[in-house]
Amino acid sequence: MKTPVATIVVNGLLAGLTLISLFPLLWMLSVSFMHPGEASTLPPPLLPESPTLTNYRELFMRGGMTRYLLNSALVATAITGISLLFNAMAGYAFAKLQFAGQQRLFKALIGTLIIPGQVAMMPLFLLLKQMGLVNTYGGLIAPAMASIFGIFLVRQYALSLPDELMEAARIDGAGEFRIFFSIIMPLLAPILASLALFTFLGSWNDFMWPLIVLTDAHLQTLPVALASLSREHAQDGELMMAGSVVTILPVLLLFLALQKYYIRGLLVGSVKG
Amino acid sequence: MKVPALAWGFVAPALLVIGVFFALPVMAGLALSFTDFDIYALADTHNLRFVGLDNYLRLLRTPLFWQALGNTLYFVVIGVPLSIGLSLGAALLLHARVARFTPFFRTALFAPVVTTLVAVAVVWRYLFQTRYGMVNHVLANFGIAPLDWLGDPHLAMPTIILLAVWKNFGYNMVIFLANLQAVPEEVYEAARIDGASTFQQLLYITLPILRPTLVLVGILTTAGYFQLFAEPYVMTQGGPLRSTVSVLYFMYEEGFKWWNFGTASTVAVLLFALMFAVTWTLMRVSRSESAA
Repeated sequence: MKTPVATIVVNGLLAGLTLISLFPLLWMLSVSFMHPGEASTLPPPLLPESPTLTNYRELFMRGGMTRYLLNSALVATAITGISLLFNAMAGYAFAKLQFAGQQRLFKALIGTLIIPGQVAMMPLFLLLKQMGLVNTYGGLIAPAMASIFGIFLVRQYALSLPDELMEAARIDGAGEFRIFFSIIMPLLAPILASLALFTFLGSWNDFMWPLIVLTDAHLQTLPVALASLSREHAQDGELMMAGSVVTILPVLLLFLALQKYYIRGLLVGSVKG
Repeated sequence: MKVPALAWGFVAPALLVIGVFFALPVMAGLALSFTDFDIYALADTHNLRFVGLDNYLRLLRTPLFWQALGNTLYFVVIGVPLSIGLSLGAALLLHARVARFTPFFRTALFAPVVTTLVAVAVVWRYLFQTRYGMVNHVLANFGIAPLDWLGDPHLAMPTIILLAVWKNFGYNMVIFLANLQAVPEEVYEAARIDGASTFQQLLYITLPILRPTLVLVGILTTAGYFQLFAEPYVMTQGGPLRSTVSVLYFMYEEGFKWWNFGTASTVAVLLFALMFAVTWTLMRVSRSESAA
């Protein structure tokens, strides 16, 4: 059945698609090592004539890139840490504990997934302004401390945990929170890894809300800083490519290292959406 | 054995966050859309007035709002089928028995999904630059004259669609692939013994199996594409000739450039209503089809 023609066509198409997927990223990497102005020559060069770190030096020494990198890392880490705990607790409770109105509450939460966050944006801005959180890291972190998607993801996974584990621990006299932290959390580890990765990447890549909340340049996260940089330095293609590399590389490497968890989270989240 | 009071303790932190920072603002957003909340109200809420449906009626008479709506629909109607079609095609290729190096191909095709949208939009701007851009350079080899991708009102949105499809198709591809891999090989084995061609297998086995996933993926992708914002913000600033102003771009300018929170909230509510209507229709259509 394995005809050579089919093999060539299928793999040829896959190779072509892969080239299209990777080319913009590889080109970005290559241009980031070019001398200023080098990419704006004809014919456009594919590789730098003499690779240089000029653009990176410029970004970190004069462009404040270190600061933006730290801002992004700090915000994404805080959001991931806090929301992981809150979502895990709620997801577990919805799956394994019982309380009045549980089913209805969960259905209501899932129902609100259809509401685009933008409806909440203007009042949220006013609320954060009241709380003194506009133009602070807190303005980014506070609204992201829990997510309906995260709760859903944990719940779906927690449903499959055997009840006997908790029953046994309760008979031994363990408190509910102790059971959660020492028995449940380790069992949830795989889905928590997926959720952590999803959350981290999501907040790292987020643009609209940070653009709205952060006005001080020194507080900006990478995407916001990059967008404003690209408006000021439209002519400096090489510099902008270096900035894009710095923005993309951390999350791309994180994904490549933990791909398995990312894909699992994606599939659990989409099977029953 | 169950301890209800403690259970509430487990859900309280998350519910508090969602209630305060999402549920309440959503309701307040709905309320704001019936007010004239603007920069004066931002300074002093005494300047706030209830205006009923004024915002809605005024928006429906605002040409730029209709243009933003048209641009967004264009992006959705062309972008979603292209995106899903490519996802499906790539998944079928990866699932083909003759495909080699599939882990490598899969990871490479998925990579754009995890990249930062703003950063790849910046890259796109230079790739599609008229004079020195790599895309025009490649096209020149085929005798095609340089195109002003982001400067031509007819080409700017297609260029943005290309970016969106390039960046997003890997996501649904992985979902389709997981579905395909869940089909037992015996099903295809039996079909082959009965003399079904590869194409017939695709038409009568694979696509029907993927149907529920296709509907779900279609709804989620449509909802996502309606929220077009960062691409025009970075690549075109809504231009040329406002041909890439999306509904959210319009909302952002109304809200956070002119501080017309009343109007901006109205735009958000209308977008929600539109998304809801489209989702509902897609679900209705898919249900009535599967019933038939």
